[in-house]
Amino acid sequence: MLRFLLNRLGQSVVLLLIVTVITFFLINLAPGGPASTMRMEASPEERQAMIEKLGLDQPIYVRYIDWITNAVQGDLGISFTSSEPVIQRIIERLPYTIELTVFTIIISVIIGILLGVLSAIKRGKAQDHMINFMSVIGLSVPAFWLGLMLILLFSITLGWLPSSGVGSRGADFDLWGWVSHLILPVLILTTTVLPNIVRFTRSSMLEVISQNYIRTVRAKGAKESIVLYVHALRNALIPVVTIIGVLIPRLLSGAVITEAIFGWTGIGTLIIEAARGRDYPLVMGVTVMITIVVVVCNLFVDLVYSRIDPRVKNV
Amino acid sequence: MEASTQSNVSSGVAVQSNKRKNSLLHRLRQNKVAYFSLWFLIVLHAVVFLGPFVWSMNPEELQDAGALASWSLQHPFGTDDLGRDVFARMLHGGRVTLLVGLAAMLFSLLIGTFVGACAGFFGKVVESVFMRITEAMMAIPNFFFVLVALTVLGTSPIMVIVVIALSSWMEIARVVYGETLRWKEYEFVEAANASGAKSIRILTKYIIPQIIPSIIVSGTLTIAAAILTESAISYLGLGIQPPTPTWGNMLQNSQQYIWTAPVLGILPGAAITIAVLAYNFLGDGLRDALDPRFVKK
Repeated sequence: MLRFLLNRLGQSVVLLLIVTVITFFLINLAPGGPASTMRMEASPEERQAMIEKLGLDQPIYVRYIDWITNAVQGDLGISFTSSEPVIQRIIERLPYTIELTVFTIIISVIIGILLGVLSAIKRGKAQDHMINFMSVIGLSVPAFWLGLMLILLFSITLGWLPSSGVGSRGADFDLWGWVSHLILPVLILTTTVLPNIVRFTRSSMLEVISQNYIRTVRAKGAKESIVLYVHALRNALIPVVTIIGVLIPRLLSGAVITEAIFGWTGIGTLIIEAARGRDYPLVMGVTVMITIVVVVCNLFVDLVYSRIDPRVKNV
Repeated sequence: MEASTQSNVSSGVAVQSNKRKNSLLHRLRQNKVAYFSLWFLIVLHAVVFLGPFVWSMNPEELQDAGALASWSLQHPFGTDDLGRDVFARMLHGGRVTLLVGLAAMLFSLLIGTFVGACAGFFGKVVESVFMRITEAMMAIPNFFFVLVALTVLGTSPIMVIVVIALSSWMEIARVVYGETLRWKEYEFVEAANASGAKSIRILTKYIIPQIIPSIIVSGTLTIAAAILTESAISYLGLGIQPPTPTWGNMLQNSQQYIWTAPVLGILPGAAITIAVLAYNFLGDGLRDALDPRFVKK
């Protein structure tokens, strides 16, 4: 177990290093580079001073080593647009995104597994076709458009739910205010991952049902419901754990759009602000931070998976 | 003797790929939704690409009818907030959106096939380097990468295509990688190897042609994803910039006019949804048609 853990940990660190190299070089090798987007009104002398201060006159690999050395110590640089440390801006925003994604995962997993299993046991019947059809629609509707339409319906026409914001926090916290602000964003974000969970659960369930041990249970005369829910479902759900790991990057991508529609002040709106302001340190910091989140989640999913499926440990 | 018969059979499969394509179309025809999607997409592309020749109104020109005019014979979908013909903008916007989707797909197929085939075929260092990069790219949430890249590279249509392609080749690379590993074990590949064919030739003449069906499936699904990505970044104002219309950036201002001119918000969104839906149905249909487990006897 320890060897497995160390092995996976090593792989994750390598993965993160490659991500930082890709992002760093992408940002710094572009024509003009970060220096070209600093304040336009700066005089050439000021500009030169700034370039030296930021170390932009150094060769790129030196800058990368500097950057990564600082990053490991928790210093991701200073944001161009707000002059605050990048790490501070990220830490302010991250909880909101985590809140949004955690609720989405819980809801999508519950609904996704239910629909996936239903679809598998009713294979080829109307329910299966219906669920499959809805899944493809869910994958095809642009989240931002669906968001607009839901705002139109629930916020403007019916007036039931707020159309934007995160609700009041801290001292004047009220439960309904919080929940009502969460409903639409979570709903939109759910549509971006739910179809994948449904499809994956369905195929996993179908795979298990076709195995020999299920045939044996049936041959022994067990009731169909026992075959399905006692013998098949437990094994079918094991691989579903892995899809959650795969879906986390997708979920975070979806969060960018969802946060933009609903003015949710999380990490998604932060990267949009950073991109619009061409705030390179912030863009770099957010991307690296979000990748760390993904890699840590994947590591966790792998560990859980190796605990519940003993076959994995030997690989 | 037995081995040579098997290799004859295998290379026979390669030679008869034309016949296989015919049967693929035949199998696709059994899936009504996918088959309908195929035809729908052909019609949609014809309308969008040929339409502007018939409906020759300039999508960027302000019309006499003024802003937010309702529908009329002259302007079937009315005019937008600046007084431009919505129908012309839908046609031209569709051209841009679908073209970006197609071009991004082709480019991402190129990258994905190159990375996957090289990693699978050459193994060793190439394999570990290419596949680690693929994994690293998969770990960066797609949309974050797109925003980073657009920040740096700018928002011209070409850059939007490049950036979408750079963010979406990984799935294809993994598929091609897996398939290459499988096909390179076949006898006809070994035979080509033994007869002294160069690696490049073996890859392009013997292995990649076998993988084309899987590549087509991935490509179809990639177009769907590319269209969604393009429209999302355009909606955020970080994609192709107005006045060039795309279905995505037409939605940018529509939110304000959702009461006075709901068409402005509903039309482009519905067009994106339908196009993406058709590509997804077609991709799923193709995958089922190619998967031997799903072939109906």
